[in-house]
Amino acid sequence: MPKVTVDGQEIEVPAGATVLQACELAGKEIPRFCYHERLSIAGNCRMCLVEVKPGPPKPQASCALPVGEGQEIRTDSEMVKKAREGVMEFLLINHPLDCPICDQGGECDLQDQAMAYGRGASRYHENKRAVTEKYMGPLIKTIMTRCIHCTRCVRFSEEIAGADEIGALYRGEDMQITTYLEHAAKHELSANVIDLCPVGALTSGPYAYEARPWELKKTLSIDVSDAVGSNIRIDSRGREVLRALPRINDDVNEEWISDKARYQVEGLTRRRLDKVWIRKRGKLSEASWDEAFKKIAAAKPGKAIAAIAGDMVDCETMFAAKALLKACGSSLVESRQTGMDYDVSNLAAINFNSTFAGIEQADAILIVGSMVRWEAPLVNVRLRKAVKNGAKVFVVGPEWETTYPATFLGEDVSVLSNLPAEAVDALKAAEKPAIILGGAGFAMGGHAAAVKIAHDFNMVKDGWNGFNALHMAAARMGAVMLGFAQEGGIKDIVAAKPKVVLALGADEVDFSQFEDALKVYIGHHGDKGAHAADIILPAAAYTEKPGTYVNTEGRVQMADKAVFAPGDAREDWTILRALADALKVEVGFDSFDDLRAAMTTEVPALANEGEIADYGTLAASVKGDTTPSGAIAYPIKDFYLTNPIARASVVMQRCSNELVLGETMAEAAE
Amino acid sequence: MAAREIAPDTPELRERWGSFAFTAENKAKADKHIAKYPEGRQKSAVMPLLDLAQRQVGADTDTQGWLPLPVMEYVADYLGMPIIRVLEVATFYTMYNLAPVGKFHVQVCGTTPCMLRGSDDIIAACKKRGMKAGHVSDDGLWSFTEVECMGNCATAPMVQINDDNYEDLTAERLDVVLDALAAGETPKAGTQEPGRHTSEPAGGPTSLTEMVTENHDYRGDW
Repeated sequence: MPKVTVDGQEIEVPAGATVLQACELAGKEIPRFCYHERLSIAGNCRMCLVEVKPGPPKPQASCALPVGEGQEIRTDSEMVKKAREGVMEFLLINHPLDCPICDQGGECDLQDQAMAYGRGASRYHENKRAVTEKYMGPLIKTIMTRCIHCTRCVRFSEEIAGADEIGALYRGEDMQITTYLEHAAKHELSANVIDLCPVGALTSGPYAYEARPWELKKTLSIDVSDAVGSNIRIDSRGREVLRALPRINDDVNEEWISDKARYQVEGLTRRRLDKVWIRKRGKLSEASWDEAFKKIAAAKPGKAIAAIAGDMVDCETMFAAKALLKACGSSLVESRQTGMDYDVSNLAAINFNSTFAGIEQADAILIVGSMVRWEAPLVNVRLRKAVKNGAKVFVVGPEWETTYPATFLGEDVSVLSNLPAEAVDALKAAEKPAIILGGAGFAMGGHAAAVKIAHDFNMVKDGWNGFNALHMAAARMGAVMLGFAQEGGIKDIVAAKPKVVLALGADEVDFSQFEDALKVYIGHHGDKGAHAADIILPAAAYTEKPGTYVNTEGRVQMADKAVFAPGDAREDWTILRALADALKVEVGFDSFDDLRAAMTTEVPALANEGEIADYGTLAASVKGDTTPSGAIAYPIKDFYLTNPIARASVVMQRCSNELVLGETMAEAAE
Repeated sequence: MAAREIAPDTPELRERWGSFAFTAENKAKADKHIAKYPEGRQKSAVMPLLDLAQRQVGADTDTQGWLPLPVMEYVADYLGMPIIRVLEVATFYTMYNLAPVGKFHVQVCGTTPCMLRGSDDIIAACKKRGMKAGHVSDDGLWSFTEVECMGNCATAPMVQINDDNYEDLTAERLDVVLDALAAGETPKAGTQEPGRHTSEPAGGPTSLTEMVTENHDYRGDW
């Protein structure tokens, strides 16, 4: 560990650290534009200049300079001050003075650093360079005159996203950042370049001119668009959610989020259920809460009441529903909407045990029935890192465009009982072998076979658990922890012939199975579930209620309430509580705190925010056939339209049209 | 630096160049270049391959050659690398032509030493023949670019035409060179100053004078 002196303060830094990192360890702020912790070092903005002795008598770019024993680093000398002022002046030569109309204003690195490290005024009187706007798809708005050529976006798409599509053309003053022939950036993480851009060159298209950062209320939340549970920040003004941004959590989403997580919030203001509706003679008509509750009570469900949870509901809602049903004497609860019936008796057998950060260390990975890129884009990022570290990836299922080298073993799940020699050798030779079982793998009955493979290839050992289930629903792990699953899946519920079915934001259920039942939809968007419902009770979306979510690796995370639900909509648990009164039963909670306390008493793991629940060891075997067969078909047909919020979003619709369906939208549409 | 633009992606361009492939001879050369680099680093051969492609396009069109987008895509495909990375290289280096050029691509150096030695006259002489920047003359023979230093300052002013340099120019000497080229001849490359061989000092050598006629061992003089 080399010892260096930073501004007279002696510190020890890890070997291989850069001078910039050493300065940060010493608590010094080093201005930078091109340097980013998670990207490779470019060293082209020159803003991080410091004085280093011994060395040439000139300022040095600290981001690209490794520390050496006994270096004397100065960040406060006259030389450094002058160097920063000089670099800043050069950067500003061709940067337009359009901060008042720039969306980056208020959260702009260039603006902030010009204030902190720049000269007061410009000495430049020539014409400024102008660069034409580049089309980068429906999400990224470009104003390329503002670009300072830091190349963060280029490095992000090449290194993290694994889609080489942004590049720097021409050279010197003429350098321009663009995609090939201005095609839209076509991967699931494309909008992260907006956060990375230190200036206003790449800004958010849908959020253009909506608000200034200082007007926004910032609420910590959890993304529900997939089962990764990305940590997000909801920025809202008044009653409207304006945008979602990633929060840094190295264990979960690092500092990225998928485009769907970022832009589905636009759908929160559209197609909302904000009134109570009752179906009368086949037609939905407006009603009051009282009427609705009376109608449900009039169905006299008694024990014949069932609840089906959707993919985005929080644990509290599910617990409240379960408590209500329990009070009625029923235990007909289920969350696997599409009818899957895999064994939930051992939670470790349906969990992503390696953890997201852990899967990076795997050296041989077998993916069964999962199009990871669409089902969990941020897990795909981890897999790409694993492959960069030397892991081999094999996929059972139809081919999809991986962002890393992978071998496809065939579309039929029967491959599992007869793995090709290539995969067998790689998994046997691996120190940390892993299997990832996706939704399509579960659907084809690959569960038991996957568990068998995990044991056969010794994937579970001391300090390593390579068995991973990759779910797609944010609610899934929370639901199974709360026992929201029947042995035979939804078939059991159908067989029990319930008189009343409560659909908690459940939109993927085939409601024709419940023809005789009174279908009560408690949710927030007018989507498939609401179309099938007899009674619609408007509830809150994930930004409008506090809630606990468990991601696919079993990590318990809590979201706060950012805004109030629109119109008559209420938080889900209050609806269920009121329904308990209507059905004249006692659920045992009167406030959200009571509810959460009751929930954590029953499932204590749900109280440990940020921690991974302990599901014990992986069962030796699970119920099911270990030699399944049948062709795998991925459930997600369109990445941008997987849930009712995204389907309501115009932005997501446009992404779907342009990027998935390939319909060319005129650039003029902006 | 001259503004460069990529020739637009049109159906005509796709039709003309969409089926581009290296000739057997160029393929052998390309594979030889690729073999110079270790396994996994094949894309390092992108520059020689782009040059080969440009020359092949030149042979096809009887010009110096240029790089249409489908040709760059072919090279990207040949090396298994993303097209945007190929485009970055091709747009960075000015010796890759991004738009069609004439049979003779006249690149006049206009940097300070050449300018002081009369490159303005050279440029004027070119313009007189109908050459202008970013344009192919009507007879398809000439295209013109003003470039930065080509490293021939000792024999300034100079022009580079396709693979050859012509130095020590005056407007008249340039006319002789261009007329010869237009007539299909091969004028002498290098300095055009009578009596001068390469870039030795004008007016004869001032040092190592004994070396002019034969090899001389100076070591005894030390």
